[in-house]
Amino acid sequence: MMLIACPHCGPRAHVEFTYERTMDAILSVDVDPDTAVAILFQRENPRGPSQELWRHTYGCRSWLRLTRNTVTHDLAEVVAWPPA
Amino acid sequence: MSAPFRNAAGGLIDRARAVRFTVDGRPYEGFAGDTLASASLANGVRLMGRSFKYHRPRGVFGAGVEEPNALYGVGEGGRFEPNTRATDVFLYEGLTAISQNCWPNLPFDIGAVSQVAAPFIPAGFYYKTFFGGPRLWKVYEHLIRRAAGLGKPPQHRDVDRFNHRAAFCDVLVVGAGPAGLAAADAASAAGARVIMVEQDRLAGGGFLRDPAMAGGDDGLVWAMAVATRVKAEGGRVLSRSTATGFYDHGLLNVVQRHVEPGQITRDDGAAQTLWRVRARRVVLAQGSLERPLLFSGNDRPGVMLASAARSFVTRYAVRPGALAVVAGCDDHADLTARVLAASGIEVIAVMDSRVGGRVVAALGSRAVTGAIVSEAGRSRTVACDLIAVSGGQTPTVHLHMQAGGGLAWDAQAGAFAPTTARQNQVSVGAGAGRQGLEAALADGWRAGVEAAQDLGLSRPMGARPRGAAARPTPTVSGCCVTLTDGADAKTAFIDLQNDVTAADIDLAGRQGYRSVEHLKRFTTLGMASDQGKTSNLLGLARMAQASGVTVPQIGLTTFRPPYTPVTLGVLAGEAVGAEAAPRRRLTLQSAHAAAGAVWQPSGYWSRPRAYPMSGETSPQAAVREARTVRDAVGLTDVSTLGKFEVVGPDAVAFLEIICATSVAKLAVGRGRYTIMLREDGIVADDGTVWRLADQRYLLTSSTGGADTMAHRLSYARRVLTPRLQVMVTAVQECWVGIAVAGPNARALVDQATGAAPPRHMSVAAARLADQPVWLLAASYSGERAFEIYVRSYAAQVVWSDLERRVAAAGGRVYGLDAMDLLRIEKGHIVTGAEIDGRTCPYDLGLTKMLRKGGFIGWAGLQRRDFQRPNRPCLVGLDALDGVLPEGAMLLPRAGAAPQGHVSSAGRRVTGEGAIGLGLVASGPDRIGEVMIASSPTRRLQGRVRLTAPLFYDAEGARYVD
Amino acid sequence: MKRFSALALLRAGLDGQKSWPRDWRDPEPRKHYDVVIIGGGGHGLATAYYLAKTHGVRSVAVLERASIGGGNTGRNTTIVRSNYRQPALQRLLEFSLKTWEGLSDELNYNLMFSQRGALFLGHSDADMTKLAERGDSLRCVGIDAQLMTRRQVARLIPLLDISPNARFPVVGGLIQRRGGTARHDAVAWGYARAADALGVDVIQNCEVTGFDITDGRVHGVRTSRGSVGADRVGLCVAGNSGLVAAMAGLKLPIESHLLQAFVSEPVKPMIDTVIMSQSVHCYISQSDKGELGLGGDPDHYPTYSQRGSPHRIDEVAAQAIAMVPALSRLRMLRSWSGTTDMSFDGSPIIGATPIDGLYLNGGWCYGGFKATPGSGRLYAHHLATGAAHAIAAPFSLERFALGATIDEAGAGPLPQAR
Repeated sequence: MMLIACPHCGPRAHVEFTYERTMDAILSVDVDPDTAVAILFQRENPRGPSQELWRHTYGCRSWLRLTRNTVTHDLAEVVAWPPA
Repeated sequence: MSAPFRNAAGGLIDRARAVRFTVDGRPYEGFAGDTLASASLANGVRLMGRSFKYHRPRGVFGAGVEEPNALYGVGEGGRFEPNTRATDVFLYEGLTAISQNCWPNLPFDIGAVSQVAAPFIPAGFYYKTFFGGPRLWKVYEHLIRRAAGLGKPPQHRDVDRFNHRAAFCDVLVVGAGPAGLAAADAASAAGARVIMVEQDRLAGGGFLRDPAMAGGDDGLVWAMAVATRVKAEGGRVLSRSTATGFYDHGLLNVVQRHVEPGQITRDDGAAQTLWRVRARRVVLAQGSLERPLLFSGNDRPGVMLASAARSFVTRYAVRPGALAVVAGCDDHADLTARVLAASGIEVIAVMDSRVGGRVVAALGSRAVTGAIVSEAGRSRTVACDLIAVSGGQTPTVHLHMQAGGGLAWDAQAGAFAPTTARQNQVSVGAGAGRQGLEAALADGWRAGVEAAQDLGLSRPMGARPRGAAARPTPTVSGCCVTLTDGADAKTAFIDLQNDVTAADIDLAGRQGYRSVEHLKRFTTLGMASDQGKTSNLLGLARMAQASGVTVPQIGLTTFRPPYTPVTLGVLAGEAVGAEAAPRRRLTLQSAHAAAGAVWQPSGYWSRPRAYPMSGETSPQAAVREARTVRDAVGLTDVSTLGKFEVVGPDAVAFLEIICATSVAKLAVGRGRYTIMLREDGIVADDGTVWRLADQRYLLTSSTGGADTMAHRLSYARRVLTPRLQVMVTAVQECWVGIAVAGPNARALVDQATGAAPPRHMSVAAARLADQPVWLLAASYSGERAFEIYVRSYAAQVVWSDLERRVAAAGGRVYGLDAMDLLRIEKGHIVTGAEIDGRTCPYDLGLTKMLRKGGFIGWAGLQRRDFQRPNRPCLVGLDALDGVLPEGAMLLPRAGAAPQGHVSSAGRRVTGEGAIGLGLVASGPDRIGEVMIASSPTRRLQGRVRLTAPLFYDAEGARYVD
Repeated sequence: MKRFSALALLRAGLDGQKSWPRDWRDPEPRKHYDVVIIGGGGHGLATAYYLAKTHGVRSVAVLERASIGGGNTGRNTTIVRSNYRQPALQRLLEFSLKTWEGLSDELNYNLMFSQRGALFLGHSDADMTKLAERGDSLRCVGIDAQLMTRRQVARLIPLLDISPNARFPVVGGLIQRRGGTARHDAVAWGYARAADALGVDVIQNCEVTGFDITDGRVHGVRTSRGSVGADRVGLCVAGNSGLVAAMAGLKLPIESHLLQAFVSEPVKPMIDTVIMSQSVHCYISQSDKGELGLGGDPDHYPTYSQRGSPHRIDEVAAQAIAMVPALSRLRMLRSWSGTTDMSFDGSPIIGATPIDGLYLNGGWCYGGFKATPGSGRLYAHHLATGAAHAIAAPFSLERFALGATIDEAGAGPLPQAR
C-alpha cells in the first residue's frame, strides 16, 4: 500500500486516493472525434515512470498529478493539479 | 502423570504450573512454557502426524514455524484451527488437539496403503493418467479430493473477535534475537521510536536454544533488559507477533496472537490483531533456518533438525530420544552432540560430512530404531532413536525479498543472502548470512545506529554489547544434496509434508521441469503449509546438481506474503458479520420502518420497497400503492438521488459540458430533463437540471449513479474547466427529497405551503411545516407531482406533516416497486435497466434532445457503430398472454436466437395485464411486431407486441393543472 | 512423445520412473519460421498447437522470455465457465468450454478439468432478476444455466451463510454445471508437449527485444538469442501487450493493472463448487489438493510491480467470511499477483494490427485462463488463413475506433472502473 504525500493533507495511505488516468489521456471537450479516439484508446501504458492524474477522493477530494514508477511504485512527485 | 523424557531440572518452563491437555481425547500433562510438541515429546509421544500424499508416519522435525510434520487440529467449535504446528502452539489449560490426515487413527492409518503404491505415483503422476473425459475424471477426482487435503475444515462461525490497528514508527525491528535486540537497543538509545516484533512469546532468539553471554550478562537477562529499555523510551515490544508481509513504502503487516490457537480469549478481547505498521526504517533480523540432510528414511519420527533437538533439550528440558546419532556438515554437529550428551542423551555417533561422515539411512517405521552410518567409506548399523541433522543455515530472507530486495548466491554457505535493498530496509545477523553471535550483535547495533542517524537522530549512547558464545562460529560447506552410496533417492525426502523426494526432483529434471517455477509446480516442492522453509533450497540445489548447473541458474523462489500462514479472520478484522460492508442509512429510515417498509438493498443503501398492509404480499402492496398514486396521492422518499449545486457566472457553460441536452435557455425557476454521457458516447446517467436563481443551478442524477457523478463533476470542474468561474458542490446528503405525486398532489402542496405551487417543470422556494423547502414540480410517475427538498435536519417534521396530509387526501406512502410500475407505464428509462452502460442516446430515443456538440461524449458518439441500424433500441412491450418476466429474452419466434431482452417489466397500474420496456434490435422500426418473451430459467414464456415506450397519458394531460 | 497412461505409469514404476523423456525439447531458435508466437503462456502454446494440428503449419516457434506458463497462466484462480451475458463473449467462451471438455484426452495430459459447477450467488431480488436475464440469454443459445433457490444453494454449499440477516443474504443463485476449474500449469505444459510432438519449437529463455518491420510489414523478430525471421508474428503476451506492441510502434487500448489472489492451507473437502457473486466482489473455489483459492477486485491502478496492496486481500477475506463464516480460522498460505492487460471495454482483443503480418492476442483483463483453448484455436485460424474466424471477428482491435465495444460490465472505457 503506497504512501502518497497529498500536498494538502500530508502523507496518506493510497486507499484514500483513486487513480483517474495518465495525464496524456485527459480528453478536452473540444477535440475532433479521431483525436478523441486516439487519446482515449491508444495508450503508452508505460513500464517505469508515468505521469498520472489521481484524486484524494476519500480525503480532501482534490486532484493531484503523480510522477510514479509503475514497476517500483516510487513517487518522484506529487503536486496539486491543475497548478494554481 | 510422569513425563518420562523430561529432565529433572532446567528449561524455560514453569514447573510450578502443570497444564493439562488432550490429544485425540487422551489426556496429557505438560508445563506452562511448553509447546504442544515439547510436552508431547516429554510424554514419550513420537508419532505426531501423517504426510500429505503417502500418509507416512511423522514425528516432530523442527521446533518452530518451520515445522512440516507435526500438525494438529487445535481447539473446538468456532475456535477450531486445522493444520496447527505443534511447535508453534504454547500449552494452555484444556488445550484439545486432534490428529490429521489419518483414518481411523494416527497409529493405524488406512491411507498408509498408498506407500505401497508409491513407486507408481511419483511427482506429477496425475498428469499422466485418469483419462476418459470430464465425467470419468469427476469420479476419480471425488476420491482424490477425499484423500487430499490435510486437516478437517472448520465447520462453525468464529466465536472470537479480531481487530486491526495502525502504527507508525521510526524503526521497526523484526525479530528479537541477538541482532534484532542490538538494533532495537541502539536505535532506541539514539532517540528513535522503535517497534520490535517477535513471533515467539519470549525475546532472545538463539539465546533460548543456545545460551550465551551478551552485554556482560546472560543473553536472556540482557534480552529482557533491552526490551525494558526500549519500552522505557516509548517504544513497543510485541511478542507472539509475526511480521508476515512487507509491502510498499515501508508498510508491514504484523499479526499478533493474544491467545494461542483454539484458546478462549481473555476479558472478551480480540484473539488476534493485525498491526499495519508504517516504518521509516526497517531492520530485518529474522535469523536463519537449518536445512535437513538427505538420506533414506530421513522422514522417520526421530529424525529432526539439530537446532530443534537442542531447543527441546535446552529450552524445554525434554530429551527427544535416548540414543542419538548427530549428523551435519558444519560445526553445528559437534555443538549439538555436546548439548545432547550434557542432557543425558547418549550420543552414539557424530557424522561430520567434512571428514566423510554420513548417514546412509534411518531405520524403523513409526519411529527411528537405528541408522546406517558411513565413515571413510565403511558403513555400519547403529541402534538409535534420534537422528539430529544439520545441513547448513538458510538465511530467512522472505521480508527482504517481498520488499523488492535483491539476493546473491553464496556458494560457500549454500544459500541466498540479501544484497541490495529496494526500500528502507536492512538485513542483519544470520538473516543477512552472517553467522555467529558477535556478528549478530555488531551487525544489529550498527544497523540501529545507522537507522537513527539516517533519521537525523543522534543522542549520545553507550558502547555496543559484546557477546561471548559457548557456540563456535560455524564453518560452512555449501548446500549438501548428494546422496551417499546405498541411500535410496525414493525415500530421501526433501519436502516432508508434500512427500517430495530426491527421486521426484530427478524425475522432474528428466521430464524437463527444471526452472524453479516448473520444479515447484510439477513436484509441489515448497507448496505445503510450511511453505518450504526447510525444503525449497534443497530442492533447487538437487535440481542444479542433477542438471549440472548452478542454483541461481535453476532460479530463485519468489517469496510472497505471508511469511507464516495467517487466519482469514484476522485479515478481515472487524469487517465481519453486520460490519462486513458499510450501510448507508436514510435520514428517514425510522419513519419508513414505522410505516411498515419492506427493504430493498440498493448499493450500500436499503430503500423501502413497499409498505404492505396486513394480509398483503409485497407485490400486491406495490400495485395498490401505485394505484393510489394514480387515483389520489402518494408520498415517497427520493433522497438517494444524486444532487449537485452548480453556482457562479459560468454555471451554464459548465453544465453544457456535462449535459448532452440544452441548458442555456433555461429560465430562472424552470427545470428540464437531461442526460449525461461518458466520454465514449454511452449514456452515463440521466437526471434533471433546475435553475434556482440567476447563477445557481441544481443538477440531479440517479441513486446508483450519484457517487460516480460526483466524481465526474469534480473531474470536469477541476481538470477540464479549471478556468471557469463556477462552484460545484455535491449536496446529496444536505437535502432530503420527498415526492408527493398524484391528482391530489397540487391541492395538497397548495394547502401545505399556503402558496400556489409551481407548474410542471418549475421550481419555487416555499415554507412547509414551518421549514424552508424547494418545491420542484417534476413527475416520474406520470402524475402531477412535486419533489420537496428540505434540509436533512428538518426532514422528519416535513415528512410527518406530509404523511398526515397525504392520508387526509386519501393517499399513502409508496415504495420503489410502485415507483417502478408507474415509471414503466410512463415509459421512463432508468439507470441500471435501460441505461445499462451499453446504450447510446440514439438507442434510447433521445436523439432529438442532443445538442450539436461541446459536451462530454460528443466526440465518442461520432463513431460509426452508433449509426448501425440494428443496434438494440428502446421499445415498449405489451404482453399478449399476461406473462412478461423481467430479463427475459425477446425472440422473433420460438427457438430463434434472441434479438433483445426485457429490460423492465411489471403489471399495468391502469387496467390489467403486463407491460414492459425492452431493448430490441432495430426496435423502433418493428413497432407492432409480435415477439416471444422467453425465460427458460424460470420456465416462463409469452407473446409480446412491440409498442412505443409509453402506455399512459401520451399527451401529458395529467401534468396540466 | 511417450504416451501417458495408467499402464505406462505402472511400467515406469518397475524401472524407477527412469524412462520418461523430456516433455518438450529445448531447441535452439532457427533462422526462420512460418509463424513466430511471442509468449509461451497457455494462449501462445495453444495457438502453436492448433497451427500445427488443425492447419498443418508446423514451422512454428513459441518464444518465451523466461519459462513457459510463468505469467498469468500460472497466476489465476483457474476458473472455467462460459456464462457471460454478451452474445459475442458467450460464443467465444462456449467455443472454448466445448474445447476444454475433450482436451485432456486430446493432449494426452490430464488437465484436471473439473466440471464442479460455477455458481453466481444473488443477494436480492434485483440480483436474481439480473441472474435470470443472464441465464435466459445463455439458455436461448443452448448454453447451460440453471437458477437455484436459496434452499438449493444451501444444499450445494452447506457452509454458506443463508440466514436472512447475513450482510449479503443469499436469495438464490445461477449455476453453470459445466463450469468449474482446471489445473492451470498443466494447460501450458500439456499444450507445450503436444505442440512439440508436432514439430513446434518451444524456446524458453528467449526474450523478444524488437521487430523487423519494413514498409508496414513484419519480417521477423530480434531476440536475446539472435534474429528470427517469420512470415507472420503473433503476440500472445497478455499483461505485457502494451510493452511488446510498443516495440512495433503500436499503442493499444490497454493498461496493465494488478490482480491478487491467495490460497488457504489445504483442508479436506469443504466447498465443492466455484462460488462467485452478483454483488460481492469475491470468488472462492477449492482445489483438488484441498487449498481454497480466493480472489477479488484488481488494485485499480496501472502497475507492473506484481506486488499488491494488502488492503485488497483483507477485503476479499472479509467478503469470503461474510459468505462462508467457517472460513475465519482457515489460514492464508500464499498470495500472489498477476499483471493483467486491462482492455478498455473489458473484452479481449484477437486479430490483426495496422502492421501487415503482425497479429495481437491480448487484453484479457482477468478472464483469460478460461478462454485458453478457444483463443488458441481462433488465433491459429487467423494466423494460418489471414482472416478472422467468425467467433473472433467481433474482438478486432478496430472495434474501439468504430465504437463496437463489447462491454460485459457496462463500466465504460476506464479500466479501473471494472
